[in-house]
Amino acid sequence: MRAAAQNNFPRRVQVALGNETLQRALGRARAGFQDKRRRAVGQVAEFERMRRAAKEIKNHTLTHLDFYLEKFADAVRANGGQVHWARTAGEARDIVVGICGAGGKKIAKGKTMVAEEIELNPALEKAGHEVTETDLGEYIVQLAGEAPSHIIAPAVHKTRGEVLELFARHHGAKKRGGDTAAIVAEARQVLREKFTGADIGITGANFLIAETGASVLVTNEGNGDLCSCLPPVHIVTAAIEKVLPTLEDLALFLRLLGRSATGQEISNYTTLYAGAKREGDADGPREFHLVLLDNGRSAMLGGEFRDMLRCIRCGACLNHCPVYGSIGGHAYDAVYSGPMGAVLTPLSAGLRVARDLPNACTLNGRCREVCPVDIPLPDLLRKHRMREFEQKLGGARGRLALVLWAFFALRPRLYQAAAGALLYLLKKTAGRRGALRKFPLAGGWTQSRDLPVPEGKTFLRRWARGER
Amino acid sequence: MTAESKPGVGLFVTCLADLFRPTVAFAAARLLRAAGCTVTVPPAQSCCGQPAYNSGDARGARRIAKRVVEVFSPYDFTVAPSGSCAAIIREHYPALLGDDPGLREKSQRLARRTYELTTFLADVRNFTAVDAAFNCTATYHDSCAGLRECGIHRQPRRLLQQVRGLTLREMADSDVCCGFGGTFCVKYPDISARMAGDKAHAIAQSGADAVLGGDLGCLLNIAGRIKRGGGGARVFHVAEVLAGMKGAAIGEGEGEGGGAK
Ligand code: SF4
Repeated sequence: MRAAAQNNFPRRVQVALGNETLQRALGRARAGFQDKRRRAVGQVAEFERMRRAAKEIKNHTLTHLDFYLEKFADAVRANGGQVHWARTAGEARDIVVGICGAGGKKIAKGKTMVAEEIELNPALEKAGHEVTETDLGEYIVQLAGEAPSHIIAPAVHKTRGEVLELFARHHGAKKRGGDTAAIVAEARQVLREKFTGADIGITGANFLIAETGASVLVTNEGNGDLCSCLPPVHIVTAAIEKVLPTLEDLALFLRLLGRSATGQEISNYTTLYAGAKREGDADGPREFHLVLLDNGRSAMLGGEFRDMLRCIRCGACLNHCPVYGSIGGHAYDAVYSGPMGAVLTPLSAGLRVARDLPNACTLNGRCREVCPVDIPLPDLLRKHRMREFEQKLGGARGRLALVLWAFFALRPRLYQAAAGALLYLLKKTAGRRGALRKFPLAGGWTQSRDLPVPEGKTFLRRWARGER
Repeated sequence: MTAESKPGVGLFVTCLADLFRPTVAFAAARLLRAAGCTVTVPPAQSCCGQPAYNSGDARGARRIAKRVVEVFSPYDFTVAPSGSCAAIIREHYPALLGDDPGLREKSQRLARRTYELTTFLADVRNFTAVDAAFNCTATYHDSCAGLRECGIHRQPRRLLQQVRGLTLREMADSDVCCGFGGTFCVKYPDISARMAGDKAHAIAQSGADAVLGGDLGCLLNIAGRIKRGGGGARVFHVAEVLAGMKGAAIGEGEGEGGGAK
């Protein structure tokens, strides 16, 4: 598992911060995403009301999740589809590999984070199938042999130059240079053959509609539709929290998703898959499978991280997180990155290995501000920290510092005496200077900034002496 | 409290102002008096418990919170020259102490009566008698907890408009975190430095020669970064400017014109 490397977080951060290409790509993406969302949200006066309504619908659905899932599964079966329940990532993998059957199949895959979560591609390749990602971003990271670095923009860490180089290497073309349109055209040409020749299509789902049994997929490239209609077998992998009661609910969520994710009023393609091809249908797959993944979610329902199950994977929290914007998605070394990933990864990989993620956050709250379903991400990150403290997973030095701080904070006299001594020392070291470049035990601070020198005595002491 | 009697404010000094920059607290006291309040500084105060709370030490935070509730309950209002300390008391104490039947009500009452300084002056006291001068072009950094948990944005700007000679000029991304984040800045110094660098850059780009804010933690971080080679803007707490008590800027020595190392 990738989680094994989690304890190298500080190292990965350094690498990311020192990677100039990555920094260029991140800087551009950040500005683009933020501007677009701001504009799109500004256009709807009732955005806050929509947000509240969406939160309520999600909370209601989660309270009755078993009911809505059963209803959804019944509807899928009534539409001629097959429903598979997977408790774990391993079960889900086995189910999909089982459906695909004997090796040698050509599989066209649309974007699905659940497939990343269950590490589906390696399993399919091991079973002898050829898997092609058809979302442009996913295709790029597949060619590069990497994992997505962003839930809605998998290749956001790549610059155009890097993509052109990749294509030249893999498509055998000699020409270098070209704009974004040329990249898209080239990919389209290569991928078209993959669609038409595919035996099996695999996609994710943004929403599942209990009322009708539809799986809803939102894309900007239309590749999901080609994955689902052209091959004779269509498999949807989706997590259980994706279910919504009705089509009317869907309308609200589509408006929120497009604006939050990419600043669009609505995404370019929204497709509802109703099931297998019926008599008289013009097209559609012969077989339709729905794999419903739990993988720890039902356990979250009754716990303190329940709010996280409202997440619609829009990516807004990543786009507005200054930490994500500084280090990019790969530094998290997990399927989900950014604030939502920092909440989810410790739950799946364990807090011990992923303890840096909830700590590497200033709790600035911008993620919560933009989250379309009002998930209190900073509070959830703080909950991880509380568990970490309870289980004594953090470093002994940090723990000691906290205990000492609390000890003094509760004893104002002692506190003032200790503060006086410390201030005297700082003042003595500083002389007439206003800031220090170094001070013992302050290395974390002074490594990249000066330490402003205190004025002298504490306020409380001066006030007590009558100074006003 | 009768109509004539002055509201009694307990000044929550904040540990950073107490230790690093008493001028901020003196300025806050002066402003509160000018706004018609009597100011008391309870001597049994130290910290709001934020370092413990945000580092996961719920027990330590609860003990400190309990102390703060007891010490500050007697006053009509509690005012802090910091959005993040005010936010902890307003937004988090009631949850933190909610299980303690003896403190639940008290902590809720304290939460309702606690304010950050500029919001208290502007929103509660309708204070318009700012008497200060500062010839500068200033830009304002919106500290995160203050902005998002206490709704502080227009209040300090409205007050600063009354300062003679001061022109406000917004920087890009004034609402983006400066990378302080309490213990974050020493636990993850690389990321913090990067964020502080971005902030210093935005300040320099704005062309302002002074940067003001309402939270000393952020200001120490920003000043430290600017001193290390991030432009020449001078850093002050908004209270110092409003009270006309600005001496040397944060990180500047006595008699230093700024920039000396
Ligand atoms: S946590 Fe909220 S903002 Fe982040 S991806 Fe999920 S829904 Fe979007």
